[in-house]
Amino acid sequence: MTATATPGTSGTDVRLAGISKTYGDFTAVHPLDLSVPAGSFFALLGASGCGKTTTLRMIAGLEEPTTGTVELAGRDVTALPPYKRSVNTVFQNYALFPHLDIYENVAFGLRRRGIKSVKKQVGEMLDLVQLGDLARRRPHQLSGGQQQRVAVARALINHPDVLLLDEPLGALDLKLRREMQLELKRIQTEVGITFIHVTHDQEEAMTMADTVAVMNAGRVEQLGTPTDLYETPRSTFVANFLGTSNLITADVLDTTGDDILLRAGDTKLTLPATRCTATARTGEKLLVGIRPEKISLTHADDAGTVADGRNRVTGRIAQSSFIGVSTQYLVDSPAGSGLSVYEQNVERDSRLVPGAEVVLHWNPAHTFGLDAAQNIEAGTDVLEAVPDAREAGT
Amino acid sequence: MTLATDHPPAPPVDGALHRSVRRKKLVPYWLLLPGILWLLVFFAAPLVYQASTSLQTGSLEEGFKVTWHFATYADALTEYYPQFLRSVAYAATATALCLVLGYPLAYLIAFRAGRWRHLLMVLVIAPFFTSFLIRTLAWKTILSDGGPVVRALGSLHVLAVTDALGVTEGHRVLATPLAVVCGLTYNFLPFMILPLYTSLERIDSRLHEAAGDLYARPATVFRKVTFPLSMPGVVAGTLLTFIPATGDYINAELLGSTDQKMIGNVIQSQFLRVLDYPTAAALSFILMAAILAMVTVYIRKSGTEDIV
Repeated sequence: MTATATPGTSGTDVRLAGISKTYGDFTAVHPLDLSVPAGSFFALLGASGCGKTTTLRMIAGLEEPTTGTVELAGRDVTALPPYKRSVNTVFQNYALFPHLDIYENVAFGLRRRGIKSVKKQVGEMLDLVQLGDLARRRPHQLSGGQQQRVAVARALINHPDVLLLDEPLGALDLKLRREMQLELKRIQTEVGITFIHVTHDQEEAMTMADTVAVMNAGRVEQLGTPTDLYETPRSTFVANFLGTSNLITADVLDTTGDDILLRAGDTKLTLPATRCTATARTGEKLLVGIRPEKISLTHADDAGTVADGRNRVTGRIAQSSFIGVSTQYLVDSPAGSGLSVYEQNVERDSRLVPGAEVVLHWNPAHTFGLDAAQNIEAGTDVLEAVPDAREAGT
Repeated sequence: MTLATDHPPAPPVDGALHRSVRRKKLVPYWLLLPGILWLLVFFAAPLVYQASTSLQTGSLEEGFKVTWHFATYADALTEYYPQFLRSVAYAATATALCLVLGYPLAYLIAFRAGRWRHLLMVLVIAPFFTSFLIRTLAWKTILSDGGPVVRALGSLHVLAVTDALGVTEGHRVLATPLAVVCGLTYNFLPFMILPLYTSLERIDSRLHEAAGDLYARPATVFRKVTFPLSMPGVVAGTLLTFIPATGDYINAELLGSTDQKMIGNVIQSQFLRVLDYPTAAALSFILMAAILAMVTVYIRKSGTEDIV
């Protein structure tokens, strides 16, 4: 599997070539190529045990790859121990030294490299993470969020080529996590160092990263910008793991034009050929995907008002739940059962209640096509990792 | 009763509540009672008894009387200070040897032994299944003049070196300081290994990774992270070794000669052979005070009051 991020600024900071890791019979990471452009915020996203942490640890030198090479700033570092690599890691549970105060924790890396006068740098770094007044506290006297910022400061002060973050926000509560996401993004913009961030939280990855690599079972499923991944998933796993997708199995009727024509049950659908990542052959099957918020819902009585040229599916509302900002409907239709629709609560139609006959319609340009040979459920049943859960193989 | 008075006065109608609150307040004291009784019977009482003995004068025939004769302490110290110093020197050497031998072993078991960890810990404790006395007697055979150890050391010219250093004499090991220190080291080694292992095993392995990630070489990781974090174990281990080793008399008795008598031997013979109880009691008190003083200084210096 080859995946290359679009180069941003000059040069590449991390290049993984054919890197893999096996533990006995278990393959944690399948041979993988990955380039991370300098100065980018890169996220490795996946469920627990997908190999993302193992990949990160191979970059840090904490895990030896079974095959392949790791290049940092153009230099092959595969054989170098961690202490000789210009990367620093923010560990999952921070791994702050309990016997040292915050100041000494942050100064640790500088002192190990023989830098004598660390005072100014440590002071600046503590100010950057807004902990200047806690310098003489011990780690256990700090809150989770403060410890997390110490861990970031301790790594960043060394000006590494790459900063590795292993689920750094996993142990924080939701509100603090949101705050720290913005904080980390601010720090990254300020220092301009390449960040590689491992997370199982798709929202976190999409909020923070310029480029996201979605990993599943030791492989990179897809790599791209958050918008790219969300709007044009290339596999059912990505379609289901990032947000929610409606996937409908359809028969290909015609592939000659710019649009592929399909049929699901008695419904005809249109899919722009450019948005289909699988090869469509007439008479074969294809998965048609559409995000729930792209679909509009119209009561069957008003079906005539739906503009021509839109994909239309008729069905009956099975369930509706009011979320506040939107209402989420589950609609059963001959084309597929349990289709999700998110409607903004702008002009609510009081007829849209469970049991109502409706027409779902959307702009065909939002449709995406996937290979029907995949598991349609992939990525839906992935449990959120418990913060403390150790990833397989780490 | 003070407990009742310092409690805010309860409304008079609610006497039952008042009583139950008072009963609750007393619970901790009841729970402390067995411990306090134990201390009184087995620690305070003998201590007071010995303290009074140390201030008595008299003889076995005429009986002993408390005469507040503090001179016994001065006399005991003047007469037996060489044994005191020797005890401290032997115990300190044995403790240092235990640390040097025990640390790598504890480290290995804690970090490298994997599934063998528990078996290795059982092996460390295994000697306790045999009597202390039997094992020390066995060392007498092992270190005997014609034995394989002495012959091997002799042919390797080690004994020539140790003779020159004054820790052995006349090409023999038994009845020399070396034998006594070896015996002490051997007997107290598990007391060093157990606390060391416990504190090493508690160290999060991610701290080692973090130190390595922050440019510390393996030796530096040990010096700056592993060792400081194992200090509670080092302190506990050295105390558990040093304190009983200082008062030990079996090793000097079985493996040493009259020139290696430790303070424990002196106290034992004063009590059981010479039957000079005041001197024996005074020596015991001096030993206790000396150990307390040394331990206090040691704990202060090692800066581990907050982690022990």
